[in-house]
Amino acid sequence: MTYGHSSFLRLPESSAIDLSEDQILGPGEKMIVNMGPQHPSTHGVLRVMLELDGETVLRSKPIIGYLHTGMEKTGEELTYVQGATNVTRMDYLSPLSNELVFSLATESLLNIEIPERATWIRMIMCELNRMSSHLMWLATNGMDLGATTMMIFGFRERELILAFFEKTTGLRMNHNYIRPGGVACDFPDGYEDDVAVICDTVEKRLVEYDEFFTGQPIFRKRVEGVGTLSAETAIELSITGPLLRACGVPWDLRKSMPYLAYDEVDFDVIVGTVGDTFDRYAVRINEIRESIKIVRQCLDKIPEGDYKSQDTKVTPPPRLRIDESMEALIHHFKIFTEGFRVPPGEVYVAVESPRGELGCYMVSDGSAKPLRMHIRAPSFVNLQALPPMLSGSLMADAVAIISSVDPVMGEVDR
Amino acid sequence: MAEELLESKYKNAVALSDATGPVTVFPEKRKYHDIVAALKLDGYNFASDLCAVDYLDYMERVLPTNLSPQRFEIVLNLLSHGLARRVKVRVQVESDSPHLPSVVDLYPGVENMEREAFDMFGIVFDSHPDMTRILMPEGWEGHPLRKDYSVGRVPVQFKEAPQPR
Repeated sequence: MTYGHSSFLRLPESSAIDLSEDQILGPGEKMIVNMGPQHPSTHGVLRVMLELDGETVLRSKPIIGYLHTGMEKTGEELTYVQGATNVTRMDYLSPLSNELVFSLATESLLNIEIPERATWIRMIMCELNRMSSHLMWLATNGMDLGATTMMIFGFRERELILAFFEKTTGLRMNHNYIRPGGVACDFPDGYEDDVAVICDTVEKRLVEYDEFFTGQPIFRKRVEGVGTLSAETAIELSITGPLLRACGVPWDLRKSMPYLAYDEVDFDVIVGTVGDTFDRYAVRINEIRESIKIVRQCLDKIPEGDYKSQDTKVTPPPRLRIDESMEALIHHFKIFTEGFRVPPGEVYVAVESPRGELGCYMVSDGSAKPLRMHIRAPSFVNLQALPPMLSGSLMADAVAIISSVDPVMGEVDR
Repeated sequence: MAEELLESKYKNAVALSDATGPVTVFPEKRKYHDIVAALKLDGYNFASDLCAVDYLDYMERVLPTNLSPQRFEIVLNLLSHGLARRVKVRVQVESDSPHLPSVVDLYPGVENMEREAFDMFGIVFDSHPDMTRILMPEGWEGHPLRKDYSVGRVPVQFKEAPQPR
């Protein structure tokens, strides 16, 4: 193994120092302290056990599970119709990616085609979601580094996108918008203008970020050369997403193994060179630009047509039909109480979420509920990169490094 | 090309899932580690995902003739960056004291995933460097994602909370 094997702390969770013992450490003695789970910069309830020599981090171990709510178990209890409401709560910053991967897996088992317009609606929504997720990351990363302006700015721009999501789906988060068979509803009238405004505004604001953030010496000093990860280590540790691309590996599922209609739009895969925290920042901020590019092309290319499959097996009848037809009412009732049956089989589907490869392994036994619904959560795997990145850095840099991984604990613990 | 390569190399271990889907390899349990090692040499440099499935009441799945279905199955998803191709390794694990060789030595990235499979299904991965619970608390009893572990069976427990008795 070439990766930093010595950076992994393999001790039980309880072996961190007990402050009540009030012991005094001698020179050169190592100390194990907890960072989190209630630390403001650990993005929720991540706890990192750090082995410290003075202020230098030697080995570390991320301890997770504080937010575990058994969502994979819940997924086995819900029908395929209800399932999207469950998975959307995993990665709460990019709920649409979760719904997308769940729907793609279900559709793959059902072996149904979705209408072309639904594919393009999904792409626009997912790219907008990528922008809002990266903006949120810029905000929290700024806050972790003490740049409160960035926090306000990131939230301000994200708000624009969330307002559009609310207009389209009815909800700001946890939309249950992308469903097996298509999407829940078409875009509202005049959506082109809304989306164009979002693209123009965010694009202009990105130039502002570059001025006072990318080029700012204090920020550069805090992130350059901090938490370097090599490409070999990243691949060995199964790291995906901006973390992997920051190391210089041009691997993006949208480009390398296209799904939806990503092979019909033109965009670049952003890669870094050094793999430090600054590269991860640069990759994310430029990915917002690429997403804007994709959304604009989608607006040009989106065809007219149905927004959900007309396969009556998975799609309930339209609301108007229910008032005039008893059969339609029964049909509607059956779909929402019993769900639809999915042929037996197993499938692994992966999409590129803002955090990396988001996979769904689904096994069906022929009933209306999945036998197993496993989500390959990118943050869960990416957290493994923390020990090699933290090793040798200062305690103060740990905050910047943890933030650069962009873990969403709802997805890590599921 | 990779399919033929795999098929010629491990005759009984390979079955194609279908024409469009990725290749699926069904190794015997004792050959599991060797076959994963061979796949790594074949260019599958990246372990995407590892998860376990509990087929307690559902044994009618399609397997190669030389394998009998067992209660548990470990599914390892490998990816080749060079070929942009996936391969799935499905290995059967028996229900009494389930054991499987760990592949952490080949793909260090599966460390968390194997710990999750242990935590949720109780499958022990031999020679794993840190075979402990990852999502559930350290003192938890049982393995929640097993089919015979019913929802709501155990009241929520916290390590520090005073116990009712």
